[in-house]
Amino acid sequence: MDALTYVRKAPAPEEAPPLLSSGALAWARTNLFSSIGSTSVTLGCVALVAYLLPQLAAWATTRAIWSASDGAACRQHQDGACWAFVVAKWDYLRFGSYPGAERWRVDVTEAIGAALIVWLLWINAPRRAWGAFLFFVAYPILALILLRGSSWFGLTSVDTQLWGGIFVSLLTAVVGIVFSLPLGVLLALGRRSSLPAVRLASVVFIEFVRGVPFITILFMANNLLPLFVPETWTPDRLLRPLAGIIIFSAAYMAEEVRGGLQSLGRGQYEAAMALGLKYAPMTGLIVLPQALTLVLPGIVNNFIGLFMDTTLISIVGATDFLEAMNNAIKDPVWAGPTIMVTGYAFAGIFYFIFCFGMARYSAHIEKVRAKGRM
Amino acid sequence: MSSALADDDRRDDAAIRFIGVHKWYGSFHVLRNISLTVARGERIVVCGPSGSGKSTLIRCVNRLEEHQRGSIVVDGVELTDDIKRIDEVRREVGMVFQNFNLFPHLTILENCTLAPIWVRKMPRRDADELATKLLARVRIVDQAHKYPGQLSGGQQQRAAIARALCMTPKIMLFDEPTSSLDPEMVKEVLDTMTALALEGMTMIVVTHEMGFARQVADRVVFMDGGEIVEMNAPLPFFQHPQHKRTKLFLSQILHIQH
Repeated sequence: MDALTYVRKAPAPEEAPPLLSSGALAWARTNLFSSIGSTSVTLGCVALVAYLLPQLAAWATTRAIWSASDGAACRQHQDGACWAFVVAKWDYLRFGSYPGAERWRVDVTEAIGAALIVWLLWINAPRRAWGAFLFFVAYPILALILLRGSSWFGLTSVDTQLWGGIFVSLLTAVVGIVFSLPLGVLLALGRRSSLPAVRLASVVFIEFVRGVPFITILFMANNLLPLFVPETWTPDRLLRPLAGIIIFSAAYMAEEVRGGLQSLGRGQYEAAMALGLKYAPMTGLIVLPQALTLVLPGIVNNFIGLFMDTTLISIVGATDFLEAMNNAIKDPVWAGPTIMVTGYAFAGIFYFIFCFGMARYSAHIEKVRAKGRM
Repeated sequence: MSSALADDDRRDDAAIRFIGVHKWYGSFHVLRNISLTVARGERIVVCGPSGSGKSTLIRCVNRLEEHQRGSIVVDGVELTDDIKRIDEVRREVGMVFQNFNLFPHLTILENCTLAPIWVRKMPRRDADELATKLLARVRIVDQAHKYPGQLSGGQQQRAAIARALCMTPKIMLFDEPTSSLDPEMVKEVLDTMTALALEGMTMIVVTHEMGFARQVADRVVFMDGGEIVEMNAPLPFFQHPQHKRTKLFLSQILHIQH
């Protein structure tokens, strides 16, 4: 054998990677301490957190007032949060002016809703189609009967003017999400339709709503909606802002979905058409499942925006959670310098938990999709 | 998949007729006066330089592209703007694409059963059975529950062939089925297509695989500049090309391939 021919007889042994190329230490070195500048920024941030965090923690826990019957204790200890205020106002923050004896109806509605949502969001849950049917068809009817009341079932009527608090915020968010996504999908499909009338109507709707602030939409829904329906049927006071939020969110949803539709390759449409699929099955089975998965982060982003926009419905007279908190803070019994900070800190935590939860769920779904299919 | 040759009560004895077909993309004249009759059970290989209109030609057969002049009759049905006729033709014509175009969010089995269930209204169990049979025929039945992204290119293309066959088409169109495959996977796809041809399927194949053309085709069609330049049985086509453009094309691709 000469030097130009070579045949390997045994596999080359596997070697361990160099010590400082993987692991926590290596990560810290490349990301936190790679240069003098980077090291000083890292140390500065650590110092800031070390200075602020203990104070914040002490304000929220050890120095806080946890129970009191009025604002006197909180007025004395002004260096801690007044959680006693939130505890005392808890029922009002949850239910608004919903009559005390009937509040169990809200609890039951919320519990059933939460169970159904978990069923739907749990990817490998058994019989999700059943869950979807119950949530989208049976549950709204049940919720309406429970919350509004119905003489058939012996439930006293509760006017929506009395509804308020967390319950109204969640209701608005769920109704908004459930209706704005399908409406947005229809608008997005309409915008790409080959029928000029459908396309024009979709474009006009989307561009009009996107070109107007949400508050304007709310005022329009509140004041114009009654003009569009027969005089005998006055749209409910709470229904109007709900319609407004659905319309507003649907326009943004439509643009998000359109992005997904456009990024889908032409080949998918051609393959579906070559197999003889008509428009509806092609859209429902091939196009939308892929397009919606593709833009899921954007859709969830819209959901988060919608959830925060629910705080604006108070402008047209509905009492959402933030409005309930505003009302509670004005209570003279609890007047004090720490009340407002405590109340808004609590509201912030509340909104953060829900929005962060949605963001994490979306990230989880993306990971599952990426693992299973690509 | 028996041949359609045996049917003698057909409305038309030819599988496909192109009569004086013209097509333009804007002002660009892609197809110029194409006339071609494909008999039932006939295997046609279409070749030609890129941009010669060969893909456009077969995409006109199932109306993925529409022609603007002349007429195309597929299995006795003339293609017009009438959606019903287009659907009727698409039900009987299978197509295999260069980029497979499998549905990435569905398993291989679901890819195959989708059209039988939704277009042919076949019960799911029957569709599963049919798909499993056809997947076995293209030798990837063990991959049935995987997603397209988990398969090699050759396996994906065979799955795409099985998906088209699940509609029990009378005619199969292949649009450069091996052009985006790694070289070592070309053979497995060509073998599948050869087996299909031997069973008597009517096929139009756009390809540069001249070995396949020699072995399988009844006629080879050479296109250039949107027109059919030369058409002949494989042996004379390769041994004695008549037109100088054919000679030039063959000399270019044959020295690359062999």
